[in-house]
Amino acid sequence: MSEPEDSAEYEARLRKWEATSLKDALKALPERRKEFVTTSSRPVKRLYTPLDLRGKSHDERLGNPGEFPFTRGVHPTMYRGRLWTMRMFAGYGGADDTNRRFKYLIAHGETGLSVAFDMPTLYGYDTDAPEAKGEFGTCGVAVSSLEDMEILFRDIDPGQVSTSMTINAPADVTWAMYLGMAEKRGVPLTQLRGTIQNDILKEYEAQKEWIYPPEASMRLVVDTFQFGAKSVPQWNTISISGYHIREAGATAGQELAFTLANGMEYVRWGMDRGLKVDDFAPRLSFFFNAHNDLFEEIAKYRAARRIWAREMRDTFGAKKPRSWLLRTHAQTAGVSLTAQQPEINIVRTTVQALAAILGGAQSLHTNSYDEAYQVPNEKAVRIALRTQQILAHESGVANTVDPLGGSYYLEALTDELEEEAYRYFDRIQEFGGVIASIRKGFIQQEIANSAYRYQREIEDKERTIVGVNDFVVDEQPEVEPLRVSEASLRGQLERLKRIRRSRDKTKWERALDALRKACEDEDTNTMPRILDAVRARATLGEVCDVMRRVFGVWEEPLLY
Amino acid sequence: MPKKIRVLVAKPGLDGHDRGAKVIARALRDAGMEVIYTGLRQTPEDIVEAAIQEDVDAIGLSCLSGAHMTLFPEVVKLLKKRKAGDIVVVGGGIIPKEDISKLKKAGIKNVFGPGTPLHDIVSFFQKSAQAKGE
Amino acid sequence: MDGLLAGDKRAAAKLISLIEDDEPEAGEALALVYPHTGHAQYVGFTGAPGVGKSSLINRLVREFRSRGKKVGVVAVDPTSPYSGGAVLGDRIRMADTGIDPGVFIRSMATRGHSGGLALATFDAVRVLDAMGMDLVLVETVGAGQSEVEIAGRAHTTVVVEMPLTGDVVQTMKAGILEIGDVYVVNKVDLADADTLVANLRFQIEERDGWTPPIVRTSALEDQRIDELADAVEKHRAFLESTGLWAKRETARARQEILENARRLLADRVRDGPQGPRFESLVQEVVRRDLDPQTAATRLLGSRGRGT
Repeated sequence: MSEPEDSAEYEARLRKWEATSLKDALKALPERRKEFVTTSSRPVKRLYTPLDLRGKSHDERLGNPGEFPFTRGVHPTMYRGRLWTMRMFAGYGGADDTNRRFKYLIAHGETGLSVAFDMPTLYGYDTDAPEAKGEFGTCGVAVSSLEDMEILFRDIDPGQVSTSMTINAPADVTWAMYLGMAEKRGVPLTQLRGTIQNDILKEYEAQKEWIYPPEASMRLVVDTFQFGAKSVPQWNTISISGYHIREAGATAGQELAFTLANGMEYVRWGMDRGLKVDDFAPRLSFFFNAHNDLFEEIAKYRAARRIWAREMRDTFGAKKPRSWLLRTHAQTAGVSLTAQQPEINIVRTTVQALAAILGGAQSLHTNSYDEAYQVPNEKAVRIALRTQQILAHESGVANTVDPLGGSYYLEALTDELEEEAYRYFDRIQEFGGVIASIRKGFIQQEIANSAYRYQREIEDKERTIVGVNDFVVDEQPEVEPLRVSEASLRGQLERLKRIRRSRDKTKWERALDALRKACEDEDTNTMPRILDAVRARATLGEVCDVMRRVFGVWEEPLLY
Repeated sequence: MPKKIRVLVAKPGLDGHDRGAKVIARALRDAGMEVIYTGLRQTPEDIVEAAIQEDVDAIGLSCLSGAHMTLFPEVVKLLKKRKAGDIVVVGGGIIPKEDISKLKKAGIKNVFGPGTPLHDIVSFFQKSAQAKGE
Repeated sequence: MDGLLAGDKRAAAKLISLIEDDEPEAGEALALVYPHTGHAQYVGFTGAPGVGKSSLINRLVREFRSRGKKVGVVAVDPTSPYSGGAVLGDRIRMADTGIDPGVFIRSMATRGHSGGLALATFDAVRVLDAMGMDLVLVETVGAGQSEVEIAGRAHTTVVVEMPLTGDVVQTMKAGILEIGDVYVVNKVDLADADTLVANLRFQIEERDGWTPPIVRTSALEDQRIDELADAVEKHRAFLESTGLWAKRETARARQEILENARRLLADRVRDGPQGPRFESLVQEVVRRDLDPQTAATRLLGSRGRGT
């Protein structure tokens, strides 16, 4: 940033401005509110100047893109070399239905696949399980078997496309199904590119899609790190997520802090297993929210990169620069979408997407305008995709690297967020670490408190939500519904029956038994046994039941 | 002293998105009600049994995963079967407009979509409890 | 009433609400209920918030059910002094036992009563007793004087502690070492419990021929819940075989009648036909023409002769 020649002189001029021009201006026209705050209720000053950036050098704060501390971006050329991946989260009904949606999105220009699963699948239940009643395909695709995975990717070559799977507690099983599917098509595992979300810590903290207790789950996650490093080297075996933490009500600072704290916890567990940090760290990826407050969000991504780089290099001793890199996917904030006047959600999504792009995300999902009602219909999702394409090709923001770098406001915010994160790291340490903090409910309570405060601000009209507590119209929105068909459900149930009937029972029993033994032995990696089970046509529910019996089921502490 | 209003806030089915349910539980408490929050992963049977034992005036169901059409009416049905049909049932979450009228026909007194002011939800529960008392 | 005696849960629930809300029929209802009580063992749980009472009770309920016993639970949470409302969250941890026909769980708010219980708590316990429960577990708020309230009313008082992590010296509340019949050191999976257990063993003394056992548990890991259940059952057997059950029933009956008498008297004095006389006596005391003790005697002395 450009420093005025003499900062003391500048300060004197600034104070004069405050005492004269500013004072007169305020007298003539008072400001609209007593205090201005970000979406996270962080106070925002009237003006940011070079004085806010004293104390750190340019190199410390910004450096150059593609170099430690990566504040300005993970790559020297960023979007000039390659645009972010346009990766639209998709899934509903049965594998057939979602396969069609994938093809639609690819035809319209998306550059990466992202799979949304239904509730039963996310919790490790087959479609015919009693717990799955009424929940088939309503918020994602149902995948209960390797066969379902094959149908899901019909006519799509896993060797050519990168696939992200948003699944956590049973991520190892679904990953095994994807690998099994690729195997059957003759694609070597070393060629596969993609991500499994596989971030169980944030489930306990925010999204609540857990199965087993924390320690067992962490062991399973490290099993995937180990297996991936050896056999599927291009695969990101985890997407350490802040998105859900934010959606549950956290502030930007909490999202940043808890996500990175979780990340560091995963690194610790990997290293405790005996893995060399440089062997698995390059494949750790991240996933942040892209929320309303443009500058706070951009600052958040930059602070994240800087903190992660420093911790990886200095605290964990990673030597490879690739291990210091925080690569992130971003999704615009679902929780900010309104059911009232849904078309205006397109505008919200656009501003949020802009934040992610100016923040340097590697891939991006933009929400559709009807998502406050349902899983998006075709027209809505096409508009969401076009939003990214317009930003990429018409807005000019991808023409240069880190265009806002050096902005006094942005850099001050980045510093502030970084400090807030470190304060949280200290508190989590005091509680005894991330898992202890989860057990004691510290993280969950912080999130719930922020959620409640935010809602009160809306109720008290301190915070305006257009169309909801101001600029309200009394109209019934026209939304074309998207329904899961009875035929899809029937097809799924029949397929499950057929699989259970026609598979080789001995092979199947043996595989599940071997899996059970692997689970019981902490020193055995479960992935190869999960793969065997999946190849023996065990269903998702059957594999997870074996694990449930060995590891038990988690019960959360109460907080509200 | 006016009678305390007792409300059961429940999350039926697998959906784990509890931000709204928790915010509402707190808001109802701040309005002087006694709120029993059942937690996640409740079956309709769990919910109805709890509602009966706790002798609540109303049940608030929250579902964001699209499974509301199966789960909400099931709660109403079970309440009637247990002769507790006087307990008011309301719903909230991600629910398309077309489903709201169907839910109402199935006995859900009201559906509070995203963006509903807490104030409206609180006064609805207050009025329902009053109506029951008459 | 018939419904209640037959085990109808809705009837029991409605009855408890009646009592909680202090409806005019409540007194009558309690009078009808009382003759059917006396069978269940009332077990009170006290201990600081966060120590794991709810999860422990959940596990215990399951254990007792597997022994063929019917169990009732009354879980008390504090009412917010600002709003008058409450979030009653103990039930969450008993989610898997809620639909068992042999279990009844009721959440109750203190409604302004200080001391860790609601006024109606033990009346509700009686309703569950009359309904046919073999045990009724009562979970207190945990703060303040919960243990005192519980100890006076329960047959068996269980004090739940947990080891602190780190190098903090653990001090225990005065009085807590005297009222427990069973001591539980919970969450032993989280921290080293040996010091705490040794401390307790050293300080807890035998009372009336009963030496309170110390049980280490981890509700989360389901450890030694059976030991805890055994201790509770043993205590019941002990009370019955030594005649202490009957003795305590007598002491309690005495205490309750006196409490009720005091309350009725105060009500009558304040709100009854003596009301105006009461008010004028108040004024005399304020003016220092009379002292409060004499005023009270005058009030009582003039009862029966009318104003």
